[in-house]
This record gives sequence, C-alpha cells and structure tokens, in this order.
Amino acid sequence: MREKLIETALFFCAASSVFVTLGIVGVLVVESFGFFLQVPFLAFITGTVWTPLFDNPQYGILPLLTGTLTSTLVGLCVAAPIGLTTAIYLSEFASTRTREIIKPILELLSGVPTVVFGFFALLFVTPLLQKTILPDLPGFNILSAGIVIGIMIIPYVASLSEDALRAVPNGLRDGSLAMGATRLETALRVILPAAISGVAAAFVLGISRAVGETMVVAIAAGTQPNLTFDPMQPAATITAYIVQVALGDLPHGSIAYQTIFAAGLTLLVITLVFNIFAFWLRAKFREEY
Amino acid sequence: MADTTIGAGIDSRSSFARIDVSSRKLWERVFIVCGIISTSVGLITLAALIIDLAVAGFPRLSWDFFFNFPSRRAAQAGILSAWVGSLLVILVTASIGVPLGVGAGLYLEEYAPRNWITNIIEINISNLAGVPSIVYGLLALGLFVYGFGTGRSIFTAGLTLALLILPIIVVATREAVRAVPAALREAAYGIGCTKWQVTRDHVLPAAIPGVLTGVIIGISRALGETAPLITIGALTFIAFLPSSPITSEFPFISFQWLFDGFTVLPIQAFNWVSRPGSDFHANAAAAGIVLLLLTLGLNAIAIYTRYRLRKKLQW
Repeated sequence: MREKLIETALFFCAASSVFVTLGIVGVLVVESFGFFLQVPFLAFITGTVWTPLFDNPQYGILPLLTGTLTSTLVGLCVAAPIGLTTAIYLSEFASTRTREIIKPILELLSGVPTVVFGFFALLFVTPLLQKTILPDLPGFNILSAGIVIGIMIIPYVASLSEDALRAVPNGLRDGSLAMGATRLETALRVILPAAISGVAAAFVLGISRAVGETMVVAIAAGTQPNLTFDPMQPAATITAYIVQVALGDLPHGSIAYQTIFAAGLTLLVITLVFNIFAFWLRAKFREEY
Repeated sequence: MADTTIGAGIDSRSSFARIDVSSRKLWERVFIVCGIISTSVGLITLAALIIDLAVAGFPRLSWDFFFNFPSRRAAQAGILSAWVGSLLVILVTASIGVPLGVGAGLYLEEYAPRNWITNIIEINISNLAGVPSIVYGLLALGLFVYGFGTGRSIFTAGLTLALLILPIIVVATREAVRAVPAALREAAYGIGCTKWQVTRDHVLPAAIPGVLTGVIIGISRALGETAPLITIGALTFIAFLPSSPITSEFPFISFQWLFDGFTVLPIQAFNWVSRPGSDFHANAAAAGIVLLLLTLGLNAIAIYTRYRLRKKLQW
C-alpha cells in the first residue's frame, strides 16, 4: 500500500514535466489566439513594421525576426570556427591533462549569468570596437551583442562537438595514421566527416540557444525594432521586445499584452524546429556504428 | 632508407615527397597553434570580464552597499532588498525543484515501465531543456500571475525558476542513479527490502554526490536568471524587505513573505546597467561582482564535487 503510494507520488513528479509543457503551449496558444483574432496571421508574418505600442499600431514581426537572425548569425560566426577548432584540438591533439584543466574552465564560462554578459557587451565590447576598428559604431548594436552571444555558446558547441568527435571509433583513427596521414589530416578528413552529424547537431543546438538568448540583446542591442541585416545598427530581437514590454505595466488582456505571447509563440516554434532538427541529426549519427 | 635501396630515378621524387611531408607537418603545427588560441578565447574572455567588472565595481563594494536599499542617488544605493530577494526566491526554488526533480529522476530510472508514457516523459524533459528561459516567464505570467492569482510574488518567482531548472536536476539524478551498481540493489533486495527501502536507503545515498552536483548547477542557474523574472513583473525599485518569517504572535512563523513583491540581484543589476550615467554603471558592476562570485563559486563547487566523484568511483 505504502509502496504503491510512493510509486504514484514519484510518477507525478515525473509527469509534472508534461504539465509544464502543456502549460507553456496552452498559455501561449490561448493568449496568441486572442491576438490573432484581431490581427490577421498573414499581416503578422509578412508585415515589415512592428509598432504595437504606438497610437497607430502595426504588427509585422519581420523586424524582430531580422534582429534575432542577425544576432544569431553573428554569434554563430564567432562560435562555429572557435568551438569547432577547440573541439578538434581537445579531442585529437591535447593531452588528457590539458583536457582535464580546459573543460572545467569552459564549463565555468557557461555558468556566468547572462546579465553580466550583457554588461560586458555594452560596456566593454562596444567601447573596444569603437576605439579600435569601428569608430562609427553606435552605442547599441547587434554586433557586440552577437559576439558576446557567440562566446557564450562556445562551451556548448565545443563540448557537444568534442563528444561527437571522441565517439568515432579508434580503428578509423589508427587506420588513417597507419596510411601515413598526419594527425591533422586524420582529424579533418576522417574523424570530422565521420562525426559530422553530431557536430552539426551541436551547432544547431547552439543556434537554438542563441535565438532564445535574452539579456545580452536586451542590454546591448537596443529596443528599437529595425528591419535590417546590418549588425552595425541597433535592433530589437523577439526576446528583447518581450523584456521591453514586460518592464512597462500593461493591462492584462489588452492587445499589447497579447503581443508578447504571440512573440513568445514565434520564439518557441523557432527553437523547437531547431531542437527537433538536432535530435534528428543525432539519431542519424548514432546509427552509423 | 628507401633512397639507398632504390635507384636514383626515384630519388628526386622522394625528396619532393619529403618537402611535402614537412609542409604537411607545418600545417599540423599551425593548426595546433590555432587550437590553443581558440581554446584560450573562452579563458581570455572570462579573465577580461572579471577584470572589467572588478575595475568598474570594486570601489563601490562596501559594507553600506550590502545594507542599503536602492536609491535615486547612485552613491547611496545598495543591494539589500536584492540579495534578500534572491535568497528567498532560491529558497522557494530549491524546496520545490529539488524534491520534484529528484523524484522524477528516481521514477524514470528505478520505477518507470518501458511504455509510451515513459517515452513521452523522457522526450518531453529533453525538449523542456531547450525551451528559452523567457518562455517560462510567459508561462508564469499567463498561468501563475493571472491564472492562479499568485501575483507578482516571491512564490511565483520561486516556482517559475523551479520549473526552469527541473530538467537539469532530473538529468543529473538519472545519471547518478544509473551509475549505482546493480549488485547494491540486489543485495538489499536479497535481505528483504521493499523497492522504496532499496531506493531510499541504498540507491539514493550512493547517488547523492551526483545529485548534489546537478542541484548546485541548477541553483546557480536560477540565481543568475533574469529574463523570466522580468516577465512576471519583478519590480526593479524596492526599498523595503519582505515581511519577516518570524512573528511575535502565535504560531510565530508567518508565510506572508511568500506573497510579497520582490527584486533579485540580476534584475537590480539590469536596472542599473540600463540607466545612463557611469555612476549607476559602477553599481551594476558591483552587483555583477557579487552575482558572479556566487554563481562561479557554486559552479566551482559542483565541478570539484564531480571531479572527486569520478576519481572515487570504483565500484
């Protein structure tokens, strides 16, 4: 009897996670539904002006999407080469001792609160860029936010890629070395192609992280929706918009209140697509050996 | 050696090959340098970040800074309400998130039958780990603040962060429990323990260090999280403390503080950093130092625990 009771209690602990998901989807869909009753869906995804808080409100999500995409792209340009090089170096070249020291430090980097990274982007990276190579850079810009996001997701990309590289069986490595290939040639032409879907999954998960990143862009990229792919300009992302609205005091049930749920739903759908894509890539990668 | 045994005709070609080998070796060395550089990018950033914060914020760190309320004047502002708020929110987060997460982890490893319900729960947890934190904030705003009427309170914040760190604790618990050898369970069953006795008295104690690592990392994550708390409307200017948990009247313990308004360290820092003027930026840096020390300290403890665990783990 007691045993049964405990098993049921533990089952509900596990099942609570399903309720969380249902809650998230439920809240976003219900509130967005109210929004889409007043704003046509087509106008939402094709509109080029996002001014929900103005007198003459317009609800085109595209400016927020370009902001999100640009900051993610900048982040990826930083994280992809650095993360991959780090992963190859750690998995194929570094000694066990080096790896034991480096990996915890990279983990520490992922423990830094995002608001501190935001401070760093606004008050260190931007002034640094202004003083050195880009004197015309505005105080709020996507570039420094994107760079800092990139550095933030390096530990993520590097450690997942390294796992994929290390999962390649040693037989392939030994075979290639025995044929007279150098270690670099082995890494780039044998190990990397064999692990490519795992590495790709690491990148995709990194992208998903970057898309959902909030505080860095809210602090360093500004809150002005801006339809541009130019990282040298200020622009709001989906997440920054939600923060900006939440900071004010919007009446519950108003259309402006509902916009953040529509924006949140868009964000969830984007990250979900990336996560499923990564899941699929990894499942494919497991089949190979 | 090949040169001496084979004729002179091949000699020119093998010296060509030798040049080729040395250039290939050169490329390898170039790559190793690149590898070291890119590996140190993270390290350098971490150092730059800490130095930048220290230079900007260190002069503001004083006794007063910890025991003053926020103020319109930067030089008098402090983080009293922020750190008290952070402490209370984390208390709520831990007391909801830890039992829920450990319970879920134990169920999935020890009890769960292999069926579609278990599959759904597992896929669901790995999906939740990928949901952006601000979406949890929207959940809390729509469901807790307006749906359940828990208000913009410490309780709502703690609950939200507990849900946010649930996947971290579940995954850590599962890994730790999985590492406990079957022999331990079988021995306990062998002397007549029930399943719950085996789980509670033998599996869980053996898995504690691993579980603890996950809990510490989760707590540190919750401590630094800003976005979901902004969404539920944590106030940025709070010049009072939540009501005291100890009262002078019977029953001497009050839970009124659970439903008080609050602010936390990262939100206070965000508020200061988004104001113009370097005075408040110094405050933001000082609050950032406190936050960074707490989260990095917790992470270091977790990493060290895991390192010790890995060395000790010889079943």
